Amino acid sequence: MQEITREQLIAKAKELLDKGTVNRVLGWKRGEFDWDITPALFESAEELDRDFVWNDFCGANFSKYLIAETKKQPPVTDKPVLVFLKPCDTYSFNQLLTEHRFERDKVYAVGIPCSGMADINKIRDVADGVVSVKSEGENLVVETLYDGTKTLPFADMLAERCAVCKSKKHVAYDELLGEDGELLDSNRFDEVEKLERMTPDERFAFWQNELSRCIRCNACRDVCPACTCEKCVFDNPQSGVENKAAANSFEEKMFHIIRAFHVAGRCTDCGECSRVCPQHIPLHLLNRKFIKDINSFYGDYQAGAEVGSRAPLVDYTTDDLEPSEATKWEDTNA
Amino acid sequence: MTDIKEPLMPAIGVVTDIRIDTPDVKTFRVVTPDGKKPFEHIPGQCAMLSVPGVGEGMFSITSSPTNEEFMEFSIKKCGCVTEWLHSMEVGQQITIRGPYGNGFPVDTVFAGKDLLFIAGGIGLAPLRSVINYCRHYRDRYGKIDIVYGSRSKADLVDYNEIITEWIGDTNIDVHLTIDREQPEWDGHVGFVPNYVKELGFDTNKVAVLCGPPIMIKFTLAGLIELGFEKTQIYTTLEMRMKCGIGKCGRCNVGSKYVCKDGPVFSFDKLDELPDEY
Amino acid sequence: MRKVLLESLDSLFAAIAAKNTLYIPVDTNGGAKFEKWQEGKKLSNALHTTKSPKDFFFPQSECLMKFKTEGKNIEIIDTRSESEDFAIFGVRACDARAFKVLDNVFLKEPVDTYYQNRREHGIIISLACDRPAETCFCGTFDIDAANPDGDIVCYKTESALYLDAKTEKGQGLLAAVEAATEPAEASEIDAAKQQITERLNRLPLADLKSDAFGAGKTDTYFNAPEWKELSEACLGCGTCTFVCPTCQCYDIKDFNTGHGVIRHRCWDSCMYSEFTKMSAGQPRLTQLERFRQRFMHKLVYYPENNDGLFSCVGCGRCVSKCPIGMNIVKVMKKLGGSVND
Repeated sequence: MQEITREQLIAKAKELLDKGTVNRVLGWKRGEFDWDITPALFESAEELDRDFVWNDFCGANFSKYLIAETKKQPPVTDKPVLVFLKPCDTYSFNQLLTEHRFERDKVYAVGIPCSGMADINKIRDVADGVVSVKSEGENLVVETLYDGTKTLPFADMLAERCAVCKSKKHVAYDELLGEDGELLDSNRFDEVEKLERMTPDERFAFWQNELSRCIRCNACRDVCPACTCEKCVFDNPQSGVENKAAANSFEEKMFHIIRAFHVAGRCTDCGECSRVCPQHIPLHLLNRKFIKDINSFYGDYQAGAEVGSRAPLVDYTTDDLEPSEATKWEDTNA
Repeated sequence: MTDIKEPLMPAIGVVTDIRIDTPDVKTFRVVTPDGKKPFEHIPGQCAMLSVPGVGEGMFSITSSPTNEEFMEFSIKKCGCVTEWLHSMEVGQQITIRGPYGNGFPVDTVFAGKDLLFIAGGIGLAPLRSVINYCRHYRDRYGKIDIVYGSRSKADLVDYNEIITEWIGDTNIDVHLTIDREQPEWDGHVGFVPNYVKELGFDTNKVAVLCGPPIMIKFTLAGLIELGFEKTQIYTTLEMRMKCGIGKCGRCNVGSKYVCKDGPVFSFDKLDELPDEY
Repeated sequence: MRKVLLESLDSLFAAIAAKNTLYIPVDTNGGAKFEKWQEGKKLSNALHTTKSPKDFFFPQSECLMKFKTEGKNIEIIDTRSESEDFAIFGVRACDARAFKVLDNVFLKEPVDTYYQNRREHGIIISLACDRPAETCFCGTFDIDAANPDGDIVCYKTESALYLDAKTEKGQGLLAAVEAATEPAEASEIDAAKQQITERLNRLPLADLKSDAFGAGKTDTYFNAPEWKELSEACLGCGTCTFVCPTCQCYDIKDFNTGHGVIRHRCWDSCMYSEFTKMSAGQPRLTQLERFRQRFMHKLVYYPENNDGLFSCVGCGRCVSKCPIGMNIVKVMKKLGGSVND
């Protein structure tokens, strides 16, 4: 159950449109079902009333859309765009600002509380033919084609990234709806530790199995707020790694490993990569391993926590861990 | 269409001659390893040439089908494959497959008619095949006019052939033009579309256009102004292609595949397609 | 018609596998997937595999040929080998129809011999959909999930699997595994078929109509203002294309292994910005144009070339997989206007 209602969000959007603070709203648009929601622009009260939705499936992180949105030509950009940001989205928002990907004054950010988003795949695992999903208190009430009405605890249906939420606190906004939350002491590194405890062979087998399902649809890259290169190396015929399908099993892994390196230190752990993967590959674990290592080598660092922070990987200090020490650290903690 | 049994499997071609046409265009002569012409074709058809490890590319066959000995391709340097081709030496093997596409209706629509060929820059390459075909079967066609323009004299493709063979040929008028005045040029100066209007052709003929999009656009408008119908005007399209057999989807425009249903279209047919070429 | 009790399904699979390589859908971390059957592999209960079975005939990546180069000389190595007979069990009605959509492309002259080779050796054992999903809309394209295409068509009841051979290939296989099955009357599956039909009629997308689309509709839709809104959030990823059972665009690329060159073919997507890019220009500059191409192709261009057959089979994979929840159902409802209100 979300703390804030659809009606409150629509009222806020209408108010800001009316006042002329913004001229368009980046929000979630209802789909055929409760769970197939599309990011969309709303320009009028009518559109908002008709199509705006806020429910337990509004997981899409809008930060990356701001790049294209703020680059549009006037008169579209004569006024800021209103964007609703959940706490985790605000980290991507800040990180993009740190990287100068959009102009802050072209955006009006409204922070909204989030109780976590549900994972439709988890619901489908226990309910056959999900026709609708509604929140009722601590539960989700699911109407199905073949299992009747099912009442499922919301907490059990949370997306993995939400079950280990790192922050209910917004790190960027112009205005906040509802109460701001706190940083959470999440156990998000538990899964990484599990992988670290594996033998190299086991770990290799784990990733081999997971990554072998990759179909190179590039959804993880295309949705990733850290993947904002104007020309991605994987789209460049000259790079030699442009293939859409893996030519062999080495290349299959290479794509994800290269991508993980490219976003290392900048990834805020928003989890969009794993949300969109049609093959349910736990891609966020690669990024989280980087985050965990950076934390242990250089001290805790959260990408996007503030605008303009110097990330450890691009900020040399004489106290930095030597590469050889890092390896030693790995050995003693394996 | 020629029966292609293994459509994606190429044959080996040997480059036996390389002619430097312009600063960025070379003409390559290709035969099979045993010295024969790779395959038969219709003027306007294309072939897929490749350099293994670099890639494949679709190119107009610029030699006439009436040439029994070899095939020629005039290729402008503008990408990965073409750069490699330009760096080749005589004797180099490449791969070749084809022919692809519909070609010009030389034995139907064109038969018995006066013909007007209009080309700009490398756009002459695909027309060279049909022009030489018509010259070969001279009695099957009426008067032939060729309007050809380029940036400069050095950028006129096939200049030697034009001077030594086309000009002075029976009942053929060649009208050359370059964009800007330059020494050693006493011919016409000006852009192709304007020159076509200046020349003011009668409309009792078939026109064939090939060149950069901007030239096509204005020349087409000029011809319409002169009274031509779109059914009388043909062009040949360039799209990215990978298979050449209407399956890979790249050159799909509307319900047509340029590699298979084209590349030659009359403008009334092009009007039926969405504007995505 | 033959039948086999559900508890003896393994013996049927073993009998088929003794004759041909057999693939069945099994559960994995990434949803159901066709895998080679062997003792212990259990049939998935999922309606769909994540990737469609088009892979069997048009694999995501395949080697077309190899080259060896020495000095100025090139040697072309034909790496093809005749495919062995194989059977795919559990193909759904939508996916079975998708093979026809692909056939119209790959088997049309000039025939794609790589596809043809595999197609000739593949036996399709389809399985009627006892539990069609909320995302299904095959009926929109005149596909009857109670009567799928296939060499052998199967129906599952509470207790047994019924097998009905529809083609010579199917009859051959069914005869070969006769010992693993027992005779059955066609009437034994009447109730099952009836139930499927009732379920299909109750699906949330059962009312979606294709009438507003088809050949000759380019002018109606190509410049429709709705494309802007529909494509606005599109990421330009290839998820819809790659899970689609009918998308058939491909790329041909050379890959230098260091010991020679492999020319391979792999799935491509018209949603990708590089798809139509040439050194001379790019006919589809925006995601709107690329997005439009995919749907115009399925709903207008393909039918124009194939006697009105649509190249969407309503499997619903894109409906459940698109990262931004955009799909052909929304496109049809938005563009088709009143027909789908």
